[in-house]
Amino acid sequence: MSLTPATWGLSPEAWPALALTLKLAGVTTVLLLMLGAPLAWWLARTPSRWREPVGALVTLPLVLPPSVLGFYVLVALGPHGPLGQFTQWLGWGTLSFSFSGLVIGSVVYSLPFAVQPLQAAFEAMGSRPMEAAMTLGARPLDAFLTVALPQARHGVLTAAVLSFAHTLGEFGVVLMVGGNIPGQTRVLSTLIYGHVEAMEYAQAHLLAGGMAAFAFGVLLLLAVLKRRHGMRLS
Amino acid sequence: MSDALDLKLSLHRPGFALDVQLRLPAQGISVLWGASGSGKTTLLRCVAGLERARGRVQVGDALWQDDDQAHFVPLWQRRLGMVFQEASLFDHHDVRGNLHYGLHRLPKAQQPAACQALDQAIGVLGIGHLLDRPTQHLSGGERQRVAIARALAVQPRLLLLDEPLASLDGPRKREVLPWLHALRQHLQVPMLYVTHSGDEVAHLADILVVLEAGQVRASGPVQEVLSSAQWPVHLGDDVGALVTGVVAGLDARWGLCRLALPGGELWAAADDAPIGSALRVRVLARDVSITLTRAEQTSIQNHVPCLVQQLVPHGPEQQVLVQLDAQGTPLLARLTARAVDQLQLRPGMPVWAQIKAVSLVR
Repeated sequence: MSLTPATWGLSPEAWPALALTLKLAGVTTVLLLMLGAPLAWWLARTPSRWREPVGALVTLPLVLPPSVLGFYVLVALGPHGPLGQFTQWLGWGTLSFSFSGLVIGSVVYSLPFAVQPLQAAFEAMGSRPMEAAMTLGARPLDAFLTVALPQARHGVLTAAVLSFAHTLGEFGVVLMVGGNIPGQTRVLSTLIYGHVEAMEYAQAHLLAGGMAAFAFGVLLLLAVLKRRHGMRLS
Repeated sequence: MSDALDLKLSLHRPGFALDVQLRLPAQGISVLWGASGSGKTTLLRCVAGLERARGRVQVGDALWQDDDQAHFVPLWQRRLGMVFQEASLFDHHDVRGNLHYGLHRLPKAQQPAACQALDQAIGVLGIGHLLDRPTQHLSGGERQRVAIARALAVQPRLLLLDEPLASLDGPRKREVLPWLHALRQHLQVPMLYVTHSGDEVAHLADILVVLEAGQVRASGPVQEVLSSAQWPVHLGDDVGALVTGVVAGLDARWGLCRLALPGGELWAAADDAPIGSALRVRVLARDVSITLTRAEQTSIQNHVPCLVQQLVPHGPEQQVLVQLDAQGTPLLARLTARAVDQLQLRPGMPVWAQIKAVSLVR
């Protein structure tokens, strides 16, 4: 018996949507860690007066409606937006209604979920481990990668899990930036929306229930890990 | 070329100024001593390059900083070892991983020699049995010993220690001190050691630098600095000399040992130190009195012939600090002004120092 969506009572669109969702969450998480780690380090360490404004900017996606965020990302990526003009200059065309556009929107949307645990971990760590590494001959980047990040590994794990889980569940940004194009930008959350619109409640239930269970499982796992390893978290 | 440690550093911050000019021998332990806020840790961090002061830092023939030539070697290119107050071990590595962190960052050609140096440090510090342990399973004293070995693994030109025992409780301190002694004896690495503990000064210092409000108030061989009547130094207990003698004999019946000094001998409570080994004793100024002739029939056991060097009024209660020289061994006595007047003490006068109590440094 092969595993087809029908086996589970799902529509044939479910598998590509699931694959796309996981791909989006995965790519977004990797990008967020690469972008969030230096940003969180800067926020945790800098004496600059830009610290607070930048910190507020990073937190903004937490309180803005996703549709507002999605709208601005869409405008920025569009043919007249700054990012759109840049990508056109590069010869990539515009990224709105494409997977790349979705990734950019997701990165902005989940940014605080990556930065905040990392920043808390870096702040708790202090500057001593980096100093110790540099007295042992490590250049700053080397010390950051081989000492600061591993020492902040609990923060890194939390950031990764939260970024991933949060990106799985996004809807507003995806809808604004990506539309709902099957195979290209249709993810689980927009598929559920489609099912509900079409009154296919059974299929919506399956997907919604599955996502809720997955999110619960991830958060539970994180909590258990934290408890077992005496992790500290924001 | 020079084999000394040359420092000329100044740093000005709101409410704090560091202005230091020092030339220290590139061997043994130089202790930077002072109250908190005296700038000793800041000075150490400036020497390391962790903080940026203006001036010049030269360690042997390596010039680490010279602002006149716009020369500043970044921290990670200075061959130095640093030990912090907390061991700051990397808990994602086991002990071996910590010890190898610096080693692996040396140029390939230097690694075999550094490996040997590390093996020696592991031996001297007695941590060979800990190599495969996770760092979380070490006691405070063991953590500090591993941190010291880790710093030595890069074959540093200079080992900087920032209150390495301050985070340990009393018994742990006494556990680590002998290892530091052993380091001084067996390794050729000069150490710059920051502490506010008089005990550690008495134990470890070869050179003592007294810092006060960011300035050097006194510096020199520890015996000289501690027996200066001009700039008396309280090591927590009282003003007093630090005397180094060689165990010359034991009196098992009374539990005493005889310490030979250049200018005489002292009886002290017996230690388990073997005959021929060097011991340090503290002779507090309040325990030293002066007679013009050798007193007979007295309960006091220790009499040392000396010359009066200097007389300096001391404290609010009409007291005088008398600096004495027992043929090369400096001593300090605290007398009342009246006694000084009655004995007509003057610099150059030969006298006898009667020493009521001698405490072993251990």
